[in-house]
Amino acid sequence: MNTNYNISSYCHIKNQQVSLNGSVIFSEESLEFSEFIKAAYKALNTKYPKFFKMDNLSKLAFLAADILLKNEQIDSEKENDIALVFSNSASSLDTDLTHQKAIQDKDNYFPSPAVFVYTLPNICLGEISIKYKLYTENSFFIFERFNAENLMTYSNSLLETNKAKSVLCGWVELEGENYEAFLYLVSNEGTIKHNKQNIITLYNT
Amino acid sequence: MSNAYVSYNNIVSSLGFSSETVVENIRNEVSGLKLIDNPQVLPEPFYSALIDSKELENKFQKLQPNKEYTRLEKMMISSLNEVIQKSNIPLNKRVGLIISTTKGNVDALDKNNLFSKERAHLSELGKSIKEFFGFKNEAIVVSNACVSGILAVAIAKRYLQQNTYDHVFIVSGDVVTEFILSGFNSFQALSHKPCKPYDKNRTGINIGEVAASALITNNSENLSKEAVEILGEGSCNDANHISGPSRTGEGLYRSIKSALEQAKLSARDVDFISAHGTATLFNDEMEAIAINRLDLQDTPLNSLKGYFGHTLGASGLLETIIGMHSLNNNTLYASKGFETLGVSKPINVIKKTTSKELNTFLKTASGFGGCNTAIIFKKLTH
Repeated sequence: MNTNYNISSYCHIKNQQVSLNGSVIFSEESLEFSEFIKAAYKALNTKYPKFFKMDNLSKLAFLAADILLKNEQIDSEKENDIALVFSNSASSLDTDLTHQKAIQDKDNYFPSPAVFVYTLPNICLGEISIKYKLYTENSFFIFERFNAENLMTYSNSLLETNKAKSVLCGWVELEGENYEAFLYLVSNEGTIKHNKQNIITLYNT
Repeated sequence: MSNAYVSYNNIVSSLGFSSETVVENIRNEVSGLKLIDNPQVLPEPFYSALIDSKELENKFQKLQPNKEYTRLEKMMISSLNEVIQKSNIPLNKRVGLIISTTKGNVDALDKNNLFSKERAHLSELGKSIKEFFGFKNEAIVVSNACVSGILAVAIAKRYLQQNTYDHVFIVSGDVVTEFILSGFNSFQALSHKPCKPYDKNRTGINIGEVAASALITNNSENLSKEAVEILGEGSCNDANHISGPSRTGEGLYRSIKSALEQAKLSARDVDFISAHGTATLFNDEMEAIAINRLDLQDTPLNSLKGYFGHTLGASGLLETIIGMHSLNNNTLYASKGFETLGVSKPINVIKKTTSKELNTFLKTASGFGGCNTAIIFKKLTH
């Protein structure tokens, strides 16, 4: 089996900072998540109006993916053979609570399709797939905490069976004001070896 | 790479608590769908296939639980217990657990629910099932909209072939909740009649509830009589829209193509298709287009939604299990609710349950987020 895959780049969004390959590229203290992510979107020249319709989990996942893929010079006008393997602990709970609030009180009942569609964690994968023309494998896993071993096993499987040329994978967690995104790109390119220790080290960067 | 087989299985549903009982009901074209009038759950009456609560409770209490479990956990544990017993495999480090669900214990978010909000975390559901049986590995929870159940089968195979596990138990389930019904209703996707997949007069989906379980193993010995081999799988996104299927069926087309390539089969080698068929206008139309693009329009096809409604995260595994029994019984089961073709391309919907020599089938599913999954299964010759 070919286990010689590498990590070519990685991106973090946490603690009011956005960083790419370990360098901070945007930071803005004392802002709530929804303000922070909008400020990051503007500062990083994202230019994708659909962003504003997304729920907070999708905004977080989308922006992290966009920053990383733009830096890899991925052309969003062309089809890209990049699989998505994302995970978190809270699923779509943040938006689930919004939908629950809309149906809790029968005298004030207003369920909305625009909210309900985001009560699935894999919707953020759909958003990224639309922007980057990824007609590829999408999987969303739920783990208690960041699980490098499972992400590694599954990405290796997709690469070895030629289901994709590269895999964008990681962790996108959002629950209220607690948020954390860590994404990394695995393929034959790059210099960091794709192994459990390196994934954990990058995650903790 | 080692082979992967789907072996012992169970279904807990409105049509019975074992795969055999459920299949017998399908043979007799009995549907679990009933009209429910409960304004607490939905302002207007709706059709659904619900699991009998008393029967579930009786079955579950026989397992002597020593704490409180949610309705979904009772369904999942009751179902998975049957499969673990029949498989007779010690739950050591080489045995994995995969759980597929779209919403898990989302009913715990309701103010009036007995369980705390924390119970709605999917990892809590994973822990609860893991600890009940004493699995040695953390549960891998797959939540990928309506393809979750079938994607779980593909994922299990991949873990076996990465040599992470020798055996993987999958349990899939979702419960009918106000949360889900109100959401689909806001999309105006719910039918006020029993659903009619692919039919000219279809008016939308019904939501149902099921827990389904199966053993996926690399061991070709001690398999169940209806066991099948997984020949190939694919899961591709539409890259088109988050809540509507692609008009060209792109993701489904690519998923099936990828599965066929891996299986080294061509379209004519597929004996029947267990399709998704939710009975919404757009989904069924999209499937017909993808099926025609693959030259599968003459292959017999059914949707089982007319028996159970759409059981969300369970549907893919549920329908795989029925498909396995279909091969073993050499029987094509009728696509309940279908009368007159109501899609723009020809497809061969099974109108009447018929006997036919069968060796392979293709299972497909599609869901929100633009996801699609296809797997090809082959009967084993004993």
